[in-house]
Amino acid sequence: MTQATLLQQITDYASRADPYPLYAELRRTPVARQESGVYTVSTYWEILGLLHDPRISSDARNRDPLAGGPLAEPGEDANLPPSFIRLDPPEHDRLRRLAMRPFGPPHSPRRIHDMRGELARMVAGLVDGLQGREQADIVDDFAYPFPVMVICKLLGVPHEDEPRFHVWAERIVTGLDPSPDQDQAERQRVVQQARLELGRYLAELAEEHRRAPGDDLLSAMVAERDPEERMSLVELVTTAVLLLIAGHETTVNLIANGTLTLLRHPDVLKRLRGEPGLAVPLVEELLRYEPPVQLLPQRTALTDIDVAGAVIPKGAPIWLVLASGSRDPRRFDDPDRFDPDRRDNQHLGFGSGIHYCFGAPLARLEAQVALAELARRLSNPRLVDDPPPYRPSPVLRGPRHLQVAFDGVVP
Amino acid sequence: MAVPVAGDVEGTRVPVRLVVDLNRCEGYAQCAFLAPDVFTMHGEEALMYSPRAGQAQREQVIRAVAACPVQAITVDGADAEETRTDAR
Amino acid sequence: MPADTAAREFRRQGRVVVVGASLAGLRAAETLREEGFTGSLTMIGDEPHDPYDRPPLSKQVLLGRTAADDTELPRRRRLDARWRLGVAATGLDLADRRVRLADGEEVEFDRLLIATGARARPWFRESEAALDGVFVLRTADDASRLDRKLAAGPRRVLVVGAGFTGSEIASACRERGLEVTVAERGPAPLVGALGGVVGAVAARLQREHGVDLRCGITVTSLEGDMAGRLRRAHLSDGTALDVDVAVIGLGAMRNTKWLAGSGLAAGPRGIACDAGCRAFDVHGIVTDDVFVAGDVARSPHPLFGYQFLSLEHWGNAVAQAEVAAHNMISSGLERRPHLWVPAFWSAQFGVNIKSVGVPPMGEEIVVTQGALGENRFVAAYGYQGRVIAAVAFDQARWIDFYRRLIESAAPFPPVFAGVDRRPEGARPVPADFPDPSLPTHGPTVTLSGYSPSERRLQFTPARA
Ligand SMILES: Cc1cc2nc3c(=O)[nH]c(=O)nc-3n(C[C@H](O)[C@H](O)[C@H](O)COP(=O)(O)OP(=O)(O)OC[C@H]3O[C@@H](n4cnc5c(N)ncnc54)[C@H](O)[C@@H]3O)c2cc1C
Ligand code: HEM
Ligand code: SF4
Ligand code: SF4
Repeated sequence: MTQATLLQQITDYASRADPYPLYAELRRTPVARQESGVYTVSTYWEILGLLHDPRISSDARNRDPLAGGPLAEPGEDANLPPSFIRLDPPEHDRLRRLAMRPFGPPHSPRRIHDMRGELARMVAGLVDGLQGREQADIVDDFAYPFPVMVICKLLGVPHEDEPRFHVWAERIVTGLDPSPDQDQAERQRVVQQARLELGRYLAELAEEHRRAPGDDLLSAMVAERDPEERMSLVELVTTAVLLLIAGHETTVNLIANGTLTLLRHPDVLKRLRGEPGLAVPLVEELLRYEPPVQLLPQRTALTDIDVAGAVIPKGAPIWLVLASGSRDPRRFDDPDRFDPDRRDNQHLGFGSGIHYCFGAPLARLEAQVALAELARRLSNPRLVDDPPPYRPSPVLRGPRHLQVAFDGVVP
Repeated sequence: MAVPVAGDVEGTRVPVRLVVDLNRCEGYAQCAFLAPDVFTMHGEEALMYSPRAGQAQREQVIRAVAACPVQAITVDGADAEETRTDAR
Repeated sequence: MPADTAAREFRRQGRVVVVGASLAGLRAAETLREEGFTGSLTMIGDEPHDPYDRPPLSKQVLLGRTAADDTELPRRRRLDARWRLGVAATGLDLADRRVRLADGEEVEFDRLLIATGARARPWFRESEAALDGVFVLRTADDASRLDRKLAAGPRRVLVVGAGFTGSEIASACRERGLEVTVAERGPAPLVGALGGVVGAVAARLQREHGVDLRCGITVTSLEGDMAGRLRRAHLSDGTALDVDVAVIGLGAMRNTKWLAGSGLAAGPRGIACDAGCRAFDVHGIVTDDVFVAGDVARSPHPLFGYQFLSLEHWGNAVAQAEVAAHNMISSGLERRPHLWVPAFWSAQFGVNIKSVGVPPMGEEIVVTQGALGENRFVAAYGYQGRVIAAVAFDQARWIDFYRRLIESAAPFPPVFAGVDRRPEGARPVPADFPDPSLPTHGPTVTLSGYSPSERRLQFTPARA
């Protein structure tokens, strides 16, 4: 079998439930040129190295337009430039630093820590809602609404507007997917349109918060007085779009993948019930074993790069297959085993280097609280479908629905 | 990684000693988010921490140890002596 | 007895003595146990404290955020050791394999680890060093005294010497709102470690934070009042400065006096050992039962022309201790070389400084990312056409890339196009070290592999 068909198999929806054997095959050639011109990198040390390599860019404008690849970048829209996840230093560093001011250390070190009580209340409320039922869709009834409530609260977005921005968010995220058969131009247009509409919505919201500020990130960002530390309106909007999408479409998969994995490992589920502290290492192991972000398809080589005996040419698109690296047997003992007691778990679930996930502490707390509470309160939970139906995306991978039957809900 | 911490042994709930390998540390601030009473960022990426965390911060510290992306934080091992216990 | 049987026997019931119960001593002891050593273990340390960590002493502790006696090191595991703390080792008898202690006890060993580190170089005139208000900073007791003095709100603090420790002390004082003068003999702070180009950035940082920095100047004498309290410092430019605290930051001296006459190659620059951490005797012959680790060791590094490096780096102490311990209980081919690429950090004036490799070997420097003027940059040092070191200011996430360039003897100046490359980084400039120590042309050695057991050296003979 050639590598090209291997990559097609990986992105093919039929592999969504279990892409791991395909990754194992992919790792046989740590750096592989695909037919499409994309270079896949699938082994741990090579991925980690490239994530710390200044010769790699996250900015699609550095991509050779002829290099192709199923994921040629949308030509960035003049009205809404890229957010910092798609920028390189120094712009990346500046915008990330400004976004961090109201969110975390050094300026707001307690914001996330102080949300723990609230997170617990939200989760408890959602589980209360399952009372009197015998079956629930853990995605629609729990794993999705929870992080959305959190990111709305954090950003200062009215939760009632969720149905509106949900549509835009879905479109933007689908636009990330490498689906070669669809018309590229049309897809790009849809994504740009959605980003623009979401951006317009957030700009209006920011204006409202300027007039009536709350204790949220949007308010803090518009209210910043120091001109050195202030984002322009466009920067503010692109950042808000990024946070809303990232906070919206990732944690849902961690919680859903986590629930699924626990139901497949009843011994661990049982332990978690009696030992809520287990949620801490368990979430790390989930990020290794079933990571919500499977691969990063955004990187470009700025120059010819020698990696693992191969040369990635200047301008070539690079896919860093994080989920494969986190299962690399050269790095992890018995990598296909789910083991919450694993020591030495430096997984790639949140990436690494300067683009390391901005929201990681929040995502961790959300997943820890959610999984511990679910384990404690659902009595005798059982998977209805295994495997469950998955979302289409091979990048942000997780179940679309997760039907779980149970005997009752413990108070 | 289950983080064994001294003092989990019954009856010996003592402060947790910790040290960060600041050569490994890349300033991801995960610790400062999750255990703000113990770890603070000094400027953007210089980490300062209390090498001895109180009983009240144990849970925070465990979260921080597990979350550190480069596994730079070492705490007392589960079976470590609290102090030199042997004959002088 | 064949070598591996002997090694096995030693593992089971040998006697190990560790002299120096600090970072290197403790980590070595833990590694011995971790790797299955079940014999007797004796830890000898002249400080009365349990092993503690020193880097916080010039940072958190001087900022008043952590008490000086709160920096005890965590224990990775149970040691089951016999501890002799508060007692110095005063002599070593190599023939009889005994360590003599200050209280007269003699401790026998089969294998010895020397990890006695270094002490602060005191002010050169003893009567002046004894003045109330004159400090050094090496131990927890030093830090506790200094912290108390700083808390009392002295009018002005004089820091003598702007190396890393001196600069960190100045930073802490400024953050506490104290007036500080730094006197440095060289042209800028940190020049000995990082050269003049980066030193200029350090100088600007100090001045931006309100330090009265005086370079190219030495302190000639310290003057006390009738009660023996420091009140004035005299400088080489003829001026005098009213100060009530002076901190001497003139570097460290290796703790090797106790080994005088022992027959080991021990001197003021440390104890020479091979890359496997075995001490050399005075004849230059390697011993097989005496090992060395940490600040007190001087060992040849293949990546750096087999020069004997003596490093005062935390990471070196840990890595070398682990290798020494492993080798103490292994034989022949199981033994490992200490191939750690030097690295250290420093936090001062809110900036995180990280270095990798051996900057003082650098002839030239080039800014590869960011800009010196923004206090956020990475710069690479070159030596004979290869990358030999790098330093980062608030750019820690890139440093690993440069470690790999050093390990692979990548060409200097690095030619890559990378993110955040600025026009000022187009051309290398002299690194500007005061007295560059330039070794002669040697072979090129590269390092590969990720885990300690996988590390491989590749030897390329010297170019003609
Ligand atoms: C204030 C300060 C700040 C620092 N900051 C940094 C930093 O930011 N980054 C970095 O990389 N490094 C830093 N270092 C350096 C780092 O702390 C040392 O490299 C490390 O402590 C070396 O450990 P060691 O065990 O080899 O030696 P030491 O820590 O010096 O320990 C040696 C021990 O042996 C004892 N001893 C000596 N002689 C005898 C004897 N005859 N008998 C018995 N015991 C004896 C000593 O008292 C001491 O307890 C700093 C050091 C200091 C002092
Ligand atoms: C389980 C949940 C999550 C996972 C697995 C995850 C994963 C990741 C990964 C792998 C990256 C690196 C992208 C790259 O290198 O190109 C990333 C970046 C990012 N994430 Fe997350 N994320 C999660 C949750 C969140 C949340 C809740 C937020 C917002 C609050 C968030 C905000 C961001 C942002 C802003 C970036 C860009 C960082 C940068 O470019 O500097 N993420 N995330
Ligand atoms: S989480 Fe780890 S890498 Fe990040 S600041 Fe803390 S110790 Fe450093
Ligand atoms: S030093 Fe930095 S982290 Fe600490 S309080 Fe001040 S701004 Fe916050």
